Amino acid sequence: MKIESKFLTGLAKRIIPCLDVKDGRVVKGINFINLKDAGDPVETASAYSKEGADEVVFLDIAASFEKRGTMLDVVKKTAEKVFIPLTVGGGIRNIEDIRLLLKSGADKVSINTAALENPALIKESAEEFGSQCIVVAIDAKLQKTEDKNSKNLSSVVRPLSSDKKWEVYTYGGRKPTGLDAVRWARRVEELGAGEILLTSMDKDGTKDGYDLQLTQAISEAVNIPVIASGGAGTLEHLYEALTTGKADAVLAASIFHYGEYSIKEAKEYLKNKGIAVRI
Amino acid sequence: MDKFIAVIDYGLGNLRSVSKALESVGAKVKVADKAKDILSAEAIVLPGVGAFRKGMENLGKSEIIPALLESIKNNKPFLGICLGLQLLFTESEEHGICKGLDIIKGNVKKFSANVKIPHMGWNDIRKQKTENREQKTDILKDIPDNSYFYFDHSYYVEPEDKDTVIATTEYGKEFVSAINKDNVWGVQFHPEKSSDLGLKILKNFIELTRTK
Repeated sequence: MKIESKFLTGLAKRIIPCLDVKDGRVVKGINFINLKDAGDPVETASAYSKEGADEVVFLDIAASFEKRGTMLDVVKKTAEKVFIPLTVGGGIRNIEDIRLLLKSGADKVSINTAALENPALIKESAEEFGSQCIVVAIDAKLQKTEDKNSKNLSSVVRPLSSDKKWEVYTYGGRKPTGLDAVRWARRVEELGAGEILLTSMDKDGTKDGYDLQLTQAISEAVNIPVIASGGAGTLEHLYEALTTGKADAVLAASIFHYGEYSIKEAKEYLKNKGIAVRI
Repeated sequence: MDKFIAVIDYGLGNLRSVSKALESVGAKVKVADKAKDILSAEAIVLPGVGAFRKGMENLGKSEIIPALLESIKNNKPFLGICLGLQLLFTESEEHGICKGLDIIKGNVKKFSANVKIPHMGWNDIRKQKTENREQKTDILKDIPDNSYFYFDHSYYVEPEDKDTVIATTEYGKEFVSAINKDNVWGVQFHPEKSSDLGLKILKNFIELTRTK
């Protein structure tokens, strides 16, 4: 049997909690641990780090122009206390936004709408700051064949072997773009993205598991790491995304925030199933 | 004057993270881009994320390089992190051949496409011992073999003198993840992003500085 060299590596699969931050406060209740202030992103990120999270993602869900300074302040304070990688996404429009976030202490930035509207931003920022800190977030939704948009879509996509296609959405999932997710993933890799944060809009919030076909299709299409997001409800779901879905990392919010599972439990579960994780 | 560690500012490092991590383990830090600060520091840390060519360009624009070379010649403890390690080498194949500082003889090479690039995430290190030469491995003191550290890079170093290798890591192939030569140390991973064990390495570096 041929062994793929891709697997000859000690690289661990990553577990990444995601915090929605609005005006400097964590939204969605967090009750997983005895925090003095569960709304404080710094304290919450620090608690996750102590539990063994491999990275933390802050998603700035307000991200209006006048509120940007608040997030920079949060990032600065987090970088003083939390010594694991921090990715910040939400509302990033241009290279100056990226520069300020990195300077404040973010290790990576996640770009979504701006990357689609101006793909050159990926190239320019990768050249300026290095691919390793440029994450492109892709929000994808299953394209139904009877959908009226499918005619538009088919002109820009190659058919997948699974016959399934996913369309990329922007503006937090509100705006369809007509772009095929697999094709867009390949394009962002060419442009210099260092990682893809892939969210299934169909699965997000359902807690019935990641979209494994989508995750696998993207993971196989590119040679940069893929973080699976959207749909985690059990530890089994994490396992499936990392094996069947071939993801390099899994992002989850509510299963950790509401204390259903700790990061430590998740890692022990995965380790027992033969997945390389950092414990 | 108080003793301090100079964290070199050449426009490409995650200076804030590195400085805060060093401070959290008891160091006094000065972010430095002036020769006088570099020369008066008790130790030097060269951080770095990003591209090799840009790193050399930025270093060359300032008065940093002569001060670094003089400090290293005078045996001042030096720690290079990630790109800061790679810049110590003779040359890199990143975007065409590009000359480095040539403090450590050897090359910087790209991972081959049989693995995902960048090598991003937590991977373990294997400590290497050599019989041939006295190595200063105290920077890895109390770090268990196979401990995980955070990596984020597409290129790796290949020193000519294998005796400089103090740790390796597996990613498609075995590559060098930590080196030592005299009072120069370099790590390919990010200790400032590697949680408690990463901070331990920075603490070890500070202690090496003080016992020098």
